[in-house]
Amino acid sequence: MQPTPPVLLRALTKRFGEVVAVDGLDLTVHDGEFFSMLGPSGSGKTTVLRLIAGFERATSGTIELDGQDVTATAAHQRDVSTVFQDYALFPHLSVLDNVAYGLRVRRVPKRSRHEKAREALALMRLEQVAERRPHQLSGGQRQRVALARAIVVQPKVLLLDEPLGALDLKLREQMQVELKQLQRRLGTTFVFVTHDQEEALSLSDRVAVFDQGRIVQIGTPAEIYERPASPYVAQFVGTSNLFDSATSQRLFGIARRHGLRPEKIQLHHERVPDAEIVVEGVIAESIYLGSEIRVHLQLDDGTQLIVLERAGEHTEHRGEKVVASWSRRDLVPLTDEKAS
Amino acid sequence: MSHRVGALLGRYPALRLGLLIAAPLTWLVAVYVVALAALLVTALWQVDSFTGDLERTVSLENLKTVLTGELYRTVTLRTVGVAALVTVIDVLIALPIAFYMAKVATPRRRRILLIAVLTPLWASYLVKAFAWRATLSDGGLLEWLGTPIGLQSPGYGLSAVVMTQAYIWLPYVILPIFAGLERVPDSLLEASGDLGGGPVHTLRWVVLPLLVPAVIAGSIFSFSLTLGDYITVNIVGGTSQMLGNLVFVNAGAANNLPLAATIALIPIVVMLGYLAAVRRTGALDNL
Repeated sequence: MQPTPPVLLRALTKRFGEVVAVDGLDLTVHDGEFFSMLGPSGSGKTTVLRLIAGFERATSGTIELDGQDVTATAAHQRDVSTVFQDYALFPHLSVLDNVAYGLRVRRVPKRSRHEKAREALALMRLEQVAERRPHQLSGGQRQRVALARAIVVQPKVLLLDEPLGALDLKLREQMQVELKQLQRRLGTTFVFVTHDQEEALSLSDRVAVFDQGRIVQIGTPAEIYERPASPYVAQFVGTSNLFDSATSQRLFGIARRHGLRPEKIQLHHERVPDAEIVVEGVIAESIYLGSEIRVHLQLDDGTQLIVLERAGEHTEHRGEKVVASWSRRDLVPLTDEKAS
Repeated sequence: MSHRVGALLGRYPALRLGLLIAAPLTWLVAVYVVALAALLVTALWQVDSFTGDLERTVSLENLKTVLTGELYRTVTLRTVGVAALVTVIDVLIALPIAFYMAKVATPRRRRILLIAVLTPLWASYLVKAFAWRATLSDGGLLEWLGTPIGLQSPGYGLSAVVMTQAYIWLPYVILPIFAGLERVPDSLLEASGDLGGGPVHTLRWVVLPLLVPAVIAGSIFSFSLTLGDYITVNIVGGTSQMLGNLVFVNAGAANNLPLAATIALIPIVVMLGYLAAVRRTGALDNL
């Protein structure tokens, strides 16, 4: 028998007036996994999170948390905690009282709730700011207070709504590591909303890619990246060269849409005999990115190709004629947008 | 020339500031401070009880009269009591209305309610007071409504004053609380619910603490405006008197301007005391 999933959505739909934000969604989140909902803004991922938390009421469909139907249950009676995008720390309470808030409403006596709040703060390495007010903290500290406040009540599921969006790059990378470690240590199920594909790929056990209120693909980061199901996913997650069926037919003899990751292509100065697929073209642009070089290749038939090379391996110049090669297994057959 | 003036102003920021606020400052000093000072000075003068002439000699006689007189103590307590009651009633009515307007209502309903709250401010104070007089009168609206369910109109008196004043000052209490609530992000209410706080918890531990400055701002309006009122008391107060009436009678019929000035100091002192008490809570820091 399958264990009860912490989150189970069935035909979940949410309409705001005429706008369909979530469109008949079915989703199972497994126990203890780091699950990400990835999509551009307006794709419905945040609405799904808010539906799970209970801030929005579903138009139709059901939400089950740990086997219980909570579709009509108020937010404060659901065993989930949210880390808000703007952190939503209570400005009139100290950091310690913010973290202890969930315990206070559960009528935990003052001494033991402060003890637990201090433990949670220690976990986030924030003991030294316990007495401060939220407005006296830096963005990264506020973020960690919000996390401490959410985990101190030991929720079954932790919901995170673009929690790293407001942080600068360095801090964001550091928080990603901390989030991952925290999730591993607590073993709590994380449902993470982000529009940053890199973040989703690096943190998650599984990723759901959203488009217009639907999940267009769900799978491990490797599956999503290596085997995108549709042109939309192929382009939203990382960069892809897309070939329509006519171009595919012309280049390698299969009449079907295909995607190809730029780093799977090798560039050569002369013809290579052992490569499976070989094309010729002229370098239209060569952009130095530090660790990599992005080469825009104009094929003889007019097709544009983007190639990523490790910096220092090759030195191609604009206008130079080169040969590009890749192997057949790196080609990703794509279904048509409508069929997905 | 203008270039040189500009350079001069640029060099001396104090001069720039002085020129900028000179006009409003003059007005403030002339109208406010001088008038208050005149009140204070007048309170120290006397009226010759035989001729009725003003004697411009300094004495503390009036102050002594007001501080020791039974009448003044009673009326002061009554006035402060009425003002406090009006304030409490207004805050209790304003909180749910403001909450509905700021957090629950659709934008359209919010606009309609806002207009409904603001419109009475355009009507004359006298009209509103007389409307209540009619409502409270024998055979008036309140009696007509109340009789079938066994209630009577309170008639004219202090409770009528409280009702009328609470009605007249209500918009002044709703508006600051509404503005304060609008500044509370929805995510804070959601966070409270998310952490397991029900509506009562959220209200008690999140909404009300954040609203304290707004409630105090509103209460300053209703409290101070009620404290100085004498028209409503005249219209629906029956025989009861408030401080305003004493001032009115002494400045007019009794021809004792100095005593009137002294009595007028009472609400000022009470208000200063209230502001000082509020300041100690730190609520004014956020205004």
